[in-house]
Amino acid sequence: MAGATAAHDAHDHKPVGFIRRWVYSTNHKDIGTLYLIFAIIAGVIGGALSIFMRWELQEPGIQIFHGLAAMVYGFEGDAAIDGGKQMYNVFTTAHGLIMIFFMVMPALIGGFANWMVPIMIGAPDMAFPRMNNISFWLLPPAFILLLLSMFVEGPTGAYGVGGGWTIYPPLSTTGQPGPAMDFAILSLHIAGASSILGAINFITTIFNMRAPGMTLHKMPLFAWSVLITAFLLLLSLPVLAGGITMLLTDRNFGTSFFSPEGGGDPILFQHLFWFFGHPEVYILILPAFGIVSHIVATFSRKPVFGYLGMAYAMVAIGAVGFIVWAHHMYTVGLSLDAQRYFVFATMVIAVPTGVKIFSWIATMWGGSLTFRTPMLWALGFIFLFTVGGVTGVQLANAGLDRAMHDTYYVVAHFHYVLSLGAVFGIFAAWYYWFPKMTGYMYNSWIAKTHFWVMFIGVNLVFFPQHFLGLAGMPRRYIDYPDAYAGWNAVSSYGSYLSAIGVVIFLFGVWEAFAKKRQAEDNPWGEGATTLEWKLSSPPPFHQWEQLPRIK
Amino acid sequence: MKFLIQAVWALLATWLLATQAHAAQPVDWQLGFQPAVTDIMREIDWFNTYTLWFIIPISLLVLLLLVIVILRFRRGANPNPSKTSHNTTIEVIWTVGPVIILLCLAIPSFQLLNAQYSPPEEPQLTIKATGYQWYWGYEYQVEEEVSFDSILLADDDRADYGKEDRGEYPRLLAVDNEMVVPVGMTVRLLVTAGDVIHSYAMPAFGVKMDAVPGRMNETWFKADREGLYYGQCSELCGKDHAYMPIGVRVVSVEQYGAWLAAAADDVEAANAQLMASIEAEKTVELAANEAQKIEE
Repeated sequence: MAGATAAHDAHDHKPVGFIRRWVYSTNHKDIGTLYLIFAIIAGVIGGALSIFMRWELQEPGIQIFHGLAAMVYGFEGDAAIDGGKQMYNVFTTAHGLIMIFFMVMPALIGGFANWMVPIMIGAPDMAFPRMNNISFWLLPPAFILLLLSMFVEGPTGAYGVGGGWTIYPPLSTTGQPGPAMDFAILSLHIAGASSILGAINFITTIFNMRAPGMTLHKMPLFAWSVLITAFLLLLSLPVLAGGITMLLTDRNFGTSFFSPEGGGDPILFQHLFWFFGHPEVYILILPAFGIVSHIVATFSRKPVFGYLGMAYAMVAIGAVGFIVWAHHMYTVGLSLDAQRYFVFATMVIAVPTGVKIFSWIATMWGGSLTFRTPMLWALGFIFLFTVGGVTGVQLANAGLDRAMHDTYYVVAHFHYVLSLGAVFGIFAAWYYWFPKMTGYMYNSWIAKTHFWVMFIGVNLVFFPQHFLGLAGMPRRYIDYPDAYAGWNAVSSYGSYLSAIGVVIFLFGVWEAFAKKRQAEDNPWGEGATTLEWKLSSPPPFHQWEQLPRIK
Repeated sequence: MKFLIQAVWALLATWLLATQAHAAQPVDWQLGFQPAVTDIMREIDWFNTYTLWFIIPISLLVLLLLVIVILRFRRGANPNPSKTSHNTTIEVIWTVGPVIILLCLAIPSFQLLNAQYSPPEEPQLTIKATGYQWYWGYEYQVEEEVSFDSILLADDDRADYGKEDRGEYPRLLAVDNEMVVPVGMTVRLLVTAGDVIHSYAMPAFGVKMDAVPGRMNETWFKADREGLYYGQCSELCGKDHAYMPIGVRVVSVEQYGAWLAAAADDVEAANAQLMASIEAEKTVELAANEAQKIEE
């Protein structure tokens, strides 16, 4: 049935000229490609920032940031030390914001979901192709604004936003009166608008454009994960937009939502921020859940185990994700009852997450496994996400979190679920769909080297941070007591290894495009059952001109 | 010969005493929490170990299952995949199992949380800690007001404060004027801030409370061992976030009384006096130890 459309169609109406094809693009695959290129660029920049931070933290004392501040901002002498300290905070802030808003979200949602969801549900394109175009083109200006913020005045006499990605007031209001914070707020507004438009597009597409016979309960799990993610975006981002707008008016128009001297409360911002922020972390990981389900099933040559349980586990994670936000705020002075509630609600999330982990293993159980590159990443994902998940269960307990809050234990936890979870999901998806998207086969040896270097590297970075956190090292510190030197050095060496991993990744991409090994339409064999494998590699410019029928 | 033995004993004793004093700071290649000096921190430590008894086996179980799957169900070993995609029993088990585990975690967790909010007695001493960019201010709510600022100890000032020993007064942890509290007394700690949000953290006490402008947060602790303890600001507060440590000296009730009386006039003089008294105590102990050893 799908074979007819899979044949290359000479009348595909591909627009002529570079500008028409890429800048004016309304094609979900071209826009998806743009998103992926954008995410790679942003990821390299955000990753470079983290390498600078690890370089700084390799030894006690200030190693490089006074020099960086002197180079970039032209500070001299003691002023360079102070400038360097602020610059370090700017780097932590920018690293967080870039990785979340300009790397993981564009890669998973804008990139892979844009590319694959319409194909998987048997739709010719997204529901609103022009809105898709603006969703993407809002991102570069947002990113540029954020990058510019690093070079304009933040605190008096210093540069950039150094308030952390959480931008808590009063540090983000009276603490940094310069325009850098306004740049960052505007950047978040634009990136948020881009995401909301994207979310509307996905919800409409998935609800209305499924091929005949594809009921919601037959829809591939990646499409499910994107649907749930889109709802989380739609419901949480406006709250962030409200919060940062209040921040903006507090800063510039004399309101005092968050300033106690005017009757406001800084904690109100934290509630608004985390009402967005907690669903946001599920926004980052849910699409990776969907991807891993497909890869595990494909390379086990078995259908996903407990399909409905998998889908509704994600629904449950998304829903409960909205009522646990204050577990980020156990130390702000919440009442005992509030803490009890948030402990309880947070622990509940472990149940659907456990269902997912065990269902992936059950999918493989009895299967016939091949360990091609995407499967390696998926297997790595499952184990490392479990490690990050169980430390999350610890942190859910307010009583224990008292000792761990704002230490490196938390840093280790959320990098295990995001850096080793979401990012492993992205790489899994990259290698899984690379032959489909480009029509070329990557070099398996390079790809596997990339995996092993990265696997060892990121574990070296983040596992020792558990020890640092327990020993009491607070996060967002440019310098630390000498006793923390040992594990910090290990962590830094790991980050250099991870950087080498990224270089291998980029080399692998270049190699694949240089060698142009033609990929088969379905390089993964009978286990790959979703609709994208019924199309040519790369797919025609417009697919499903005759809608597939799902039995 | 006798002199040599004496010298070795003296060295050992100093080292032992010194390590005792150091026990309240992080040490190289540390893997776990700092040693607890309050019952609350002991409970936190216990609960942490308790959770590890669940989460490490769970992680290992997942790892084991992955290894089994990789070995038993690789294509070479199992060329024909099964088509099983449902098994209600196993699905119920892996839903109910985690629920039971979570209940096992929740019960002691809620007990710990309750304990943190239930001081054993009405606190006899109230101290207000105020976070500023980038130092702490302490205010003792006693009859004759005692208040002072506590700032990171600059290297140039080490001699002035008699804090040349970098073991006891480490870089980035030592402060000029420590907060002084009596041992075995329940202390109420009020925490607030004067500019941006800071956080008062004392790992050995199991205390972490955000200092929020416009809010007065309350917590408490009851330290049961004398010594010098260190914590660090735990909420990002600007460029010198890493440079506003917290130092607490837990001393005997008598020493505290003498310090408080003197501190009403001159905090730095009171601190010098207190340090001299602690030093004298140590020397007496040391001498006593030596005498004992020689007798033996």
